[in-house]
Amino acid sequence: MTADKKSNGASRRAFLKGAVAAGGAVAGAGMARAAGEPDPLITEVQEWASGFGEGVDATPYGLPIRFEDDVVRRNVEWLTADTISSINFTPIHALDGTITPQGCAFERHHSGAIELKKEDYRLMINGLVDKPLVFTYADLERFPRENHVYFCECAANTGMEWAGAQLNGAQFTHGMIHNMEYSGVPLRTLLEEAGLDAAGDLADKWIYVEGADASSNGRSIPMDKALDDVLVAFKANGEALRKEHGYPVRLVVPGWEGNMWVKWLRRVEVMDAPVQSREETSKYTDTLADGTSRKWTWEMDAKSVVTSPSPQSPITHGPGPLVITGLAWSGRGAITRVDVTTDGGKNWTQARLAKDGESKALSRFYLEIDWDGSEMLLQSRAHDETGYVQPTKAQLREVRGENSIYHNNCIQTWWVKESGEAENVEVS
Amino acid sequence: EPHGNYNLGRMALPEEIAAWNLDVSPDGTGLPEGSGDVLTGEEVFIEKCAVCHGDFAEGRGNWPKLAGGDGTLADKDPLKTVGSYWPYLSTAWDYVHRSMPFGAAQTLSVDETYAIVAYILYSNYLVEDDFVLSNENFLEVEMPNADGFIVDDREEAEAHFWRDDVCMSDCKDSVEITMRAAVLDVTPEEEEEAGAEPAEAETEMAAAETGEV
Repeated sequence: MTADKKSNGASRRAFLKGAVAAGGAVAGAGMARAAGEPDPLITEVQEWASGFGEGVDATPYGLPIRFEDDVVRRNVEWLTADTISSINFTPIHALDGTITPQGCAFERHHSGAIELKKEDYRLMINGLVDKPLVFTYADLERFPRENHVYFCECAANTGMEWAGAQLNGAQFTHGMIHNMEYSGVPLRTLLEEAGLDAAGDLADKWIYVEGADASSNGRSIPMDKALDDVLVAFKANGEALRKEHGYPVRLVVPGWEGNMWVKWLRRVEVMDAPVQSREETSKYTDTLADGTSRKWTWEMDAKSVVTSPSPQSPITHGPGPLVITGLAWSGRGAITRVDVTTDGGKNWTQARLAKDGESKALSRFYLEIDWDGSEMLLQSRAHDETGYVQPTKAQLREVRGENSIYHNNCIQTWWVKESGEAENVEVS
Repeated sequence: EPHGNYNLGRMALPEEIAAWNLDVSPDGTGLPEGSGDVLTGEEVFIEKCAVCHGDFAEGRGNWPKLAGGDGTLADKDPLKTVGSYWPYLSTAWDYVHRSMPFGAAQTLSVDETYAIVAYILYSNYLVEDDFVLSNENFLEVEMPNADGFIVDDREEAEAHFWRDDVCMSDCKDSVEITMRAAVLDVTPEEEEEAGAEPAEAETEMAAAETGEV
């Protein structure tokens, strides 16, 4: 819906308009060179340096300044039959650092974003437990809490790119992802509150989790993961979850495909076998070239993307210093290294991680170069702490064919042209 | 009655568990008593499902196809339906009962659900038109793709992605652009360009899959 109304911000036409207004590619946008003429933004007193700004009562809860109104979620109408069971995309091309602002963090619903107030919220734990329990929201807030930063990546992120270069922008090719700091209660604590003695040997047990919405989004999770690092979260980035992200309570399943991060969590059932629900049979199974399909492909493998320059974030400043930046992440642990190439993979340079990689969370990387104005084929290649190296699309296709739909963690290529515009391409 | 380490929450009542614990497992666990036949299923399907899924479960527009696609899973464009893809009938019963019709979920009775599932089986040529599906014979139905799934084998099949020998310089002689997204041009961009019909976009996608620069 947002895409109908908003341009991409840096679409081809907007880009060209911007370049013309700035007097061509050499004198890029934002230049303030004194070519003899003094800059009136400096020599003349500006309104904001003389009059008032807004009072502190103007905005009890603020939105970004209007000049940033292109940094928004976008959807792609033709991807799904309707906008209720659908997806939109985080504007990763315009963000920096690693924390995703909740207001533009992507959404994926199967029966829409429901409104469920805390007073109406109930969480049931049943099945192979000593005592089946019902918690209210207020109950959950009384358990000991933890804080963790994790990425949530849709299993289908980059899924439209399996057969070729389709969508022109990092937001669309890699934006089914967000990264937040969650506060909540370990699922282990709640399961132990209900008692797991009745379950016997936990090694072969499963939990089944479902949401309060009509789709329910039920998924089976092996008990060892449930007892390891799964969180029942009620705060993200310091505040309550957004409605569209599961308010008031969602499951956080670190490193695993976003579909399992059940929103509006209403029930956890301890079982001795997986349910094999719709979301783990019909969907979120990965068909291979021979027609068989992988199931239970839970981990999201190491992946990265250059967010700028990229098709929605072209170079507008001409040759000279250029910051190449992007994101890297792995569901199997921390990112240890990212390599960047400007020539389509002939030669690689190790990029700089903004800080040490955190397990199952986004990492920000930078490579500062002196751009000579010639065209580039930009790629990034992530390494994680297990020794996994992000593969090319050709390497993935060799194992899986082109119909896996999910789990496309291939190396992305942006063709940056002499004009500074960039395009999503595949290379040999 | 005290419980757990914190004594928080309260015991769930049997009625509450019964109201929410609706999942059905492949071995039939969770299936309620009931039955429904193909012809009843056809009536209910036409009334409540066909507007999106078609009179014969073949799908309308961009809505999911529930029937067809037999033998297409290894094709360039596989058609994955209940008949061609789904491994367990329990999933169809469970999902229809809990989450369909889209926009009016949890309005189907147990017997209606059996009937609809019987009709979907019939639409996939898996049963005759006088078939009656019930909790008694549920496990007798054979799903064609029941053996079509393997557990995630990435750590074996993709073991070569774990490596310490990455190339850093002079890795290839040449690099050619083999495909361009701009040629496809299906990215939402400007107001007048948005809102392409799904069918139209699908055609463009199909075209782009073979198109090279």
